[in-house]
This record gives sequence, C-alpha cells and structure tokens, in this order.
Amino acid sequence: MPHKIVSKRRLSEDVFTAEIEARLVAQARKPGQFVIVSLNNEYGERIPLTIADAEPKRGTIRLIWQRVGKTTAELADMQAGDEIANVTGPLGKPTHVENFGTVVCVGGGIGNAPLLPIAKALKKAGNKIISILGARNKELIILEDEFAAICDELIITTDDGSYGRKALVTEPLEEVCRRDNKPDQVVAIGPAIMMKFCCEVTKKFNIPTQVSLNTIMVDGTGMCGGCRVEIDGQAKFVCVDSPEFDGHKVNFDLMIKRLNAYKDQEQEAYEQYNEHRCKIGLDKRNAE
Amino acid sequence: MTDKERQELLQRLLEKQKDGGLKPADRYEIPPQDMPEQDPVERARNVNEVATGYTETHARLEALRCLQCKTAPCIKGCPVKIKIQDFIAAVSEGDFKKALTIIKENSLLPAVCGRVCPQEVQCQQTCTVGLKFKDPTKAVSIGRLERFVADLDQEEIIPTVAPNTGMKVAIIGSGPGGIVAAADTRRAGHDVTLFEAFHKTGGVLVYGIPEFRLPKSIVQKEIDVLTKMGVKIVCNFVVGRTRTIEQLMKEDGFDAVYIGVGAGLPRFMGIEGESLVGVYSANEYLTRANLMKAYDFGSGADTPIARSQKVAVTGGGNVAMDSARTAVRLGAEKVYLVYRRTEKEMPARIEEVHHAKQEGVEFHILQSPKRVIGDENSHVTAIECLKYRLGEPDESGRRRPIPIEGSEFQIDVDTVIIAIGNIANPLIRQTTPGLEFNKWGNIVVDENCKTSLEGVYAGGDIVSGAATVILAMGQGRIAASAMNKYLAEKSDCNKPC
Ligand SMILES: Cc1cc2nc3c(=O)[nH]c(=O)nc-3n(C[C@H](O)[C@H](O)[C@H](O)COP(=O)(O)OP(=O)(O)OC[C@H]3O[C@@H](n4cnc5c(N)ncnc54)[C@H](O)[C@@H]3O)c2cc1C
Ligand SMILES: Cc1cc2nc3c(=O)[nH]c(=O)nc-3n(C[C@H](O)[C@H](O)[C@H](O)COP(=O)(O)OP(=O)(O)OC[C@H]3O[C@@H](n4cnc5c(N)ncnc54)[C@H](O)[C@@H]3O)c2cc1C
Ligand code: SF4
Ligand code: SF4
Ligand code: FES
Repeated sequence: MPHKIVSKRRLSEDVFTAEIEARLVAQARKPGQFVIVSLNNEYGERIPLTIADAEPKRGTIRLIWQRVGKTTAELADMQAGDEIANVTGPLGKPTHVENFGTVVCVGGGIGNAPLLPIAKALKKAGNKIISILGARNKELIILEDEFAAICDELIITTDDGSYGRKALVTEPLEEVCRRDNKPDQVVAIGPAIMMKFCCEVTKKFNIPTQVSLNTIMVDGTGMCGGCRVEIDGQAKFVCVDSPEFDGHKVNFDLMIKRLNAYKDQEQEAYEQYNEHRCKIGLDKRNAE
Repeated sequence: MTDKERQELLQRLLEKQKDGGLKPADRYEIPPQDMPEQDPVERARNVNEVATGYTETHARLEALRCLQCKTAPCIKGCPVKIKIQDFIAAVSEGDFKKALTIIKENSLLPAVCGRVCPQEVQCQQTCTVGLKFKDPTKAVSIGRLERFVADLDQEEIIPTVAPNTGMKVAIIGSGPGGIVAAADTRRAGHDVTLFEAFHKTGGVLVYGIPEFRLPKSIVQKEIDVLTKMGVKIVCNFVVGRTRTIEQLMKEDGFDAVYIGVGAGLPRFMGIEGESLVGVYSANEYLTRANLMKAYDFGSGADTPIARSQKVAVTGGGNVAMDSARTAVRLGAEKVYLVYRRTEKEMPARIEEVHHAKQEGVEFHILQSPKRVIGDENSHVTAIECLKYRLGEPDESGRRRPIPIEGSEFQIDVDTVIIAIGNIANPLIRQTTPGLEFNKWGNIVVDENCKTSLEGVYAGGDIVSGAATVILAMGQGRIAASAMNKYLAEKSDCNKPC
C-alpha cells in the first residue's frame, strides 16, 4: 500500500523532513521505534528511519533523514503528493521511559531526530532534561527550537565554532557529569563514533547510558541477523532486541566496521543515482 | 536416450498395454526418466531454473513405471496423502487435466511441492519400485510428474467461494501454510485477510528458496489466485508491532486467526569472529540475493551483497546448498561447503547435493569452523576449522561428530555463510499473552492445530520448527478445516434462537 507524502521540508543542506500517511503506524508507535522504508517493490533497498513524531488522529508520522546515499537521496527528491511504496512498522522495542531524575540527552547531527521523541517522553515522565546538541557546523544543527521547547537546559556545540560552543559534545557532557548534582541517566544518539566517546565519558562517572544503534538492516523483524552487534560479547539483534542498549556494553569498534561493509557499493549506487538525477533535472526540482 | 528413441519406446509400450497390459517386469525395464536440466557451466552464471521440466513423452514413460500397487505405499509417505497411483494412471493415459484434478484434491500447490518436496524421504521412499531397486532415486519420480502436470495448467482455475458468512479470518504470514489456510477459509465464505511483514508475499518460497530452484512467478501465480478469490492481502504489516493479535480479535473484529509466521530467527554458532564483516546468516545472504535481487545490484537493484572471491558455507541442509549455489551464481571463484559429519548424514536433498557438486561447490566434510579470522578492518580473511570423526549415533539417529583435538587448520575465505538452521522468532510470544509455547519457543497446538487461545490456530515452522513446505501446507489445511468448523459453530451461536 503506497504512503502519501503530506508535506516535505528541507531542514538543512542534507537534512529533510516529511509527514507521511501511515495510519496504523501512527496509532501504534511509541518513542524509540522506527519504520523500514523502501521506494520500489522490485528493487528498492529497505532502510530504517526513526519515527520522529506522529499524529495518530491525522494518521501521519514524521520522518527526518539525512541524505547519505542512494535511498535517502531518492527520498529527498520526492515531494508532497508523491507516494512511498512501503512503510513498515513500528519496529523495535519502545524506549524505556521513567522518572530517573535528571537526564542528559546528547544528540549528534541527524541523531537529534530519533532523540527528540525520547526527550519529549522523558520530559513528560517528569525528568529534568539537559540537552546537548552537536554538529559539524551551524547548518547541520536541526530541531533546535523543538528541543528548546522541552529542555530545562540546552547546550549547542559545533566542530567549527560557527554556532554555540566550539567543541565536541563530549566536552560539555563531561562538565555536566562533574556537577554536584550528577545526572541520573544519559541518552546519546548520533554517529557511532560519537556514541562511543560519550560512553567513555559517562563510564568514568558511572552514569547509566542508553544509546540507539543505527546498524544496517534488511528485514527489521529478526529474520536476517544482519543488524547484529556485540553487547557484552554476545550477539544481539538491534531490530528486535531494541535499537537501544546499555552503551557501556556495546562493542562500538566492531559496529563501526560493520556499518562500512558496503561502502564501495553504496558509493557506486549513489554516484549512478546522481548521474541519473542530473539527466532528468531533479536537482532543479529540489531547489525550488 | 534421444527424444526419438523415447517416443518410439512410449509407442511400443502403449501398444503393448492396449494388447493386454504391461506386466511388472515390463515396467521395471523402463529406464527411469532423468530430469532435463541446464548445463552446469551455463547455469552457474544465471539465476534461471536448473531443472527445465519433463516433456509429455518423459512424463508418460515415467508414469508407466508405476506398478499401480493396490495398497499404494507411496501415499503413506506423503504428508497430504495425494492419491498418487490414480494421478499417475491419468498421466500414463495422457489425461493431464484429470491428473491435476486428482492432485488438487489434496494439495493446493503442486507446482511448488513437485519442485521442493524432499520426495526421497517422503512419497518416493516407500515406493515399491524404489524398494525393488533398493534405491529411492530409482523410485517412480512422483514429484517430477506432479510438477509436469501442474506446469501444464495454464488456465487459472479459481476455486468457488461459498456465500459470505460474515465471519472474519486473519492469516498471519504468507508462507505455504498461510497461503493454504487463506484459500481454504476463503472457500468456506469467510472474509479473509492475509497479513505479511515483508513487502512481498510467499514467505520462504520467495525470500529463501532461490529462483533457480523455484521461480518466483510460480508462487506469484498462487498469490494471484488468492486475490481473485477475494482474499485481502496486506503487506508491510508486522503482527505484534503494527497490531497485536489481541487487537485484531478484540478491536478489528477478526473471529479466528491462523499464525504461520515461520521459523524466523537465524542461529549462529557462537564462535569467535562471527560478527566480522563478511559473515552472513544464510537468511540474510539469501534474502539480499533473492528478495532484494542483489544479483542485479548496479543494474536496478539497490541492495548490495558481498562481492566474494572465496566463500565458506557451514551446514549440510537445503539452506546450506541454496546459499552455496547462490554464491556460485554471484560470481565467487571458490565455494566451500563445510560440514561436520559426512555426506551420508547431510539433511539436504540428494538432488541438491548433486547439483551443488556439479556447479563446482567443494565439499569439506568432517570439518567445522572454530573461529573466524579477520584483518585490521574486521573483514574476514580465513576460518580456522577443526577436523571431526564420527562416533556413536545420537538421538537423531545420525552418528555424532566428535572434534579431533589439535587438528586445527585454516581455509582462506572472504565470506562466511552460517547455515545451521533457524529458531523461533520471539515477536509473537512477546506480544501475545496467554499463547502457550514450548521450551524452544514454538507454539503448542493440538491435533487440529488449535492453540491455547480460543479462535487462534497455528501451523508450519513456528509450530514444528524448521520443517518442509508440504508439512506447512498440510497444517495450514488442518487448521483451516478446524477454523471453518469453529466459525460455523460460532455463527450458529450468534444467530437469534
Ligand atoms: C533503527 C535505525 C533508525 C534510524 N533512523 C534514522 C533517522 O531517523 N534518520 C536518518 O537520517 N537516518 C536514520 N538511520 C540511518 C539510515 O537508516 C541510513 O542513513 C540509511 O539506511 C542510508 O541509506 P542510503 O541508501 O541513503 O545510503 P547507503 O548508500 O546505504 O549508505 C551511505 C553511507 O551511509 C552509511 N550507512 C548505511 N547504512 C547506515 C545506517 N543504517 N546507519 C548509519 N549509516 C549508515 C554507510 O556506511 C555509507 O557510508 C537509522 C538507522 C537505524 C538502524
Ligand atoms: C533456504 C531454504 C530452503 C528450503 N528448501 C526447502 C525444500 O527444498 N523443500 C522443503 O520442503 N522445504 C524447504 N525449506 C523449508 C520450508 O521453506 C519451510 O518449512 C516452509 O516455508 C515453512 O512455511 P510456513 O508456512 O511456516 O511459513 P514461512 O515460509 O516460514 O513464511 C512465514 C511468513 O510469515 C511472515 N511473518 C513472520 N512474522 C510475521 C509477523 N509478525 N507478522 C506478519 N508476517 C510475519 C514472514 O515474513 C514470512 O513471509 C527451505 C527453507 C529455507 C530457508
Ligand atoms: S506432495 Fe510431496 S510428498 Fe506428497 S506426493 Fe507430492 S511430492 Fe510426494
Ligand atoms: S508405490 Fe510406487 S509403484 Fe506403487 S503405486 Fe505408488 S508410485 Fe506407483
Ligand atoms: S534487520 Fe534483519 S534481523 Fe534485524
């Protein structure tokens, strides 16, 4: 069943958001869950994207994605009114939400998208929320207003200092951990390497840290094992054992290498697609 | 035998039959008809079906080999009890339509089963002709005949559907069990919806068993029949996540449910290095290749798969053979099949083993990986194996493999495919309170495939563990007939007295 794009916006150079019709997913979804999207029934790749928000009454979900390869680029070239062939979900276990006390939410780049619904839910559960949002530059900081609306404290960092503090997110994270009223819980979502270093910081302070792993997936239901990661030396399937794990137990180095398994081929597919879109003038369409 | 000789032989036999019949001795003399197939070198480079199918002459000759045993011991070997001797008699008479009608009384998917049933341990194992030659491969080729008549059937026969009963049935999973359960409950006039987690229907028939063994178009044809019968098909619907069984029954008005979600979760070996880049479960490898058509990557398909030079597949079942033969077709130079017992103990079908060898798969028997070795980028470079010997038979009756201490050696490979079986997916278990499971996570059912929950039935691999297509079909059928009975009683109760 095709899913209509109700509206679409560009959030930054490479980040896009769309509201998509998916009534059942919108009704069932809980913070932390994701959908698998594919754009073509015969040949389309199945990619996981977090449900950033949902309007159960309208029957829509919001996706936010970064253009990194063929499928995310193709999605970025679609417009309101276009239809997405397949949207499956909600998948993964919902985030465990309770009143921990003070929670630090660390988002890196596109990680802000999956982080937002979790931060919202944690706030609703009565937590004090300190958010640290980081990106390479000002352009890439997304959803700042949405976070500002729910945070008790908001810290922004950029690698190049074009906005907020010139730092990596781990710097303010460490400072917050040193405070007298040490945070009770940390949630970190972003590139694997960022999550890895965040966990190294919080481990020193013994603060429980949840991370959301963005492994490569195929089915998203536990059938293929392609999404497996090593947690405490044990193989776990990200899609069924939940995308969220105790960050102190994740073997990030191996996960990062598995993420790059198809780098060359992905590159090729992306280049092919770019050639194709230039030919048919899609670039212009998106610029409008 | 040339085509001409074959035709002449058939003519002679048919005349002799007219003149007074064929004696068993005459029938034993007819050479078993081999299945025509693509040349091994040729087919290793394409994904087209390997076995190209009997001609009419092949089929009638093969059918004449059947002794028409009064007790038909072959039927005992068939899980769905097809009237084998009757359909074969019809084939020998050249009445293929009649043959198909007989088969369809018991089996809804003869084109599928004729191709993938492990006949040598089912119907053909008990066939008198095979016993006479002490060789199940010389039995009457029941499966090939079934495939022949099913393939001839070009016009689609849409089964008649009884008038609407007003009862709603949900079928979860579109594997062979689900397809049959959907057809049988729909025939009884219920409003049937088939829910599938993937974007395509067919279950293992489309994502597991490769095109070269079972063309997808055959499965699609069966699905089209369901649609024409009025079965509603909903893809991308993960029961337990999109809606739970409880919601389907309490909120969405479904009166009965069939669970046919298959065996889902791949097993890994638990050895060092199993998460390295280049190690796949057979499920992932086959899904990327089959369902996502990774063999067309770069010319249409968006899903990549390893570009392997040297592949090791561990396991000895059909899944292992399918993985190895898929790796050959994806261009690997060397494909090794590593199995800890001997060929005799391999659960794979004899035909698959034979085909794999023909296509150049190298068998490493009495060996098993101890760890996977990778380079600094965590890419697989080799497997370290242990040698094994066979000890006393274990519970399965097969001789137990015993590792030989200190026999470690390495095989250079860049890809490893783990094909040692599946276990039950926990999703339904986690989301369906009150449903009873056994200690392996399989759903517990009674002889009617009824579960511990009222109105909920189950069959196929989620009940029996990884089994066969025909068993799943058989259970789909049993469940559907129990559901039809349950729903008839339920609708009687609903009527004002
Ligand atoms: C549970 C889950 C939730 C996710 N949520 C979001 C989200 O809300 N927004 C979003 O933009 N992305 C999200 N991702 C990542 C997203 O799935 C990938 O970016 C996407 O699959 C890339 O597809 P592609 O065809 O465009 O690029 P590809 O050609 O497949 O890949 C291009 C580059 O991206 C890297 N890559 C590939 N797959 C992934 C992946 N799964 N995660 C990270 N990097 C990857 C590759 O290493 C490669 O360098 C999520 C991933 C998971 C597992
Ligand atoms: C590679 C391979 C080769 C094989 N070769 C042979 C052979 O040669 N001969 C033979 O007889 N058998 C063979 N088998 C075994 C045979 O395919 C299975 O026994 C049979 O398909 C089981 O049927 P099933 O009805 O249980 O469903 P399956 O075919 O397992 O299908 C289950 C379906 O349910 C869907 N599903 C799962 N969870 C959910 C959910 N929560 N909601 C909705 N849908 C869901 C799945 O996506 C899938 O489509 C092979 C198996 C494999 C993997
Ligand atoms: S369905 Fe399978 S077991 Fe039964 S007769 Fe046909 S091939 Fe043999
Ligand atoms: S057992 Fe063999 S020979 Fe006898 S009826 Fe069956 S198929 Fe024919
Ligand atoms: S994506 Fe296939 S098991 Fe998780």
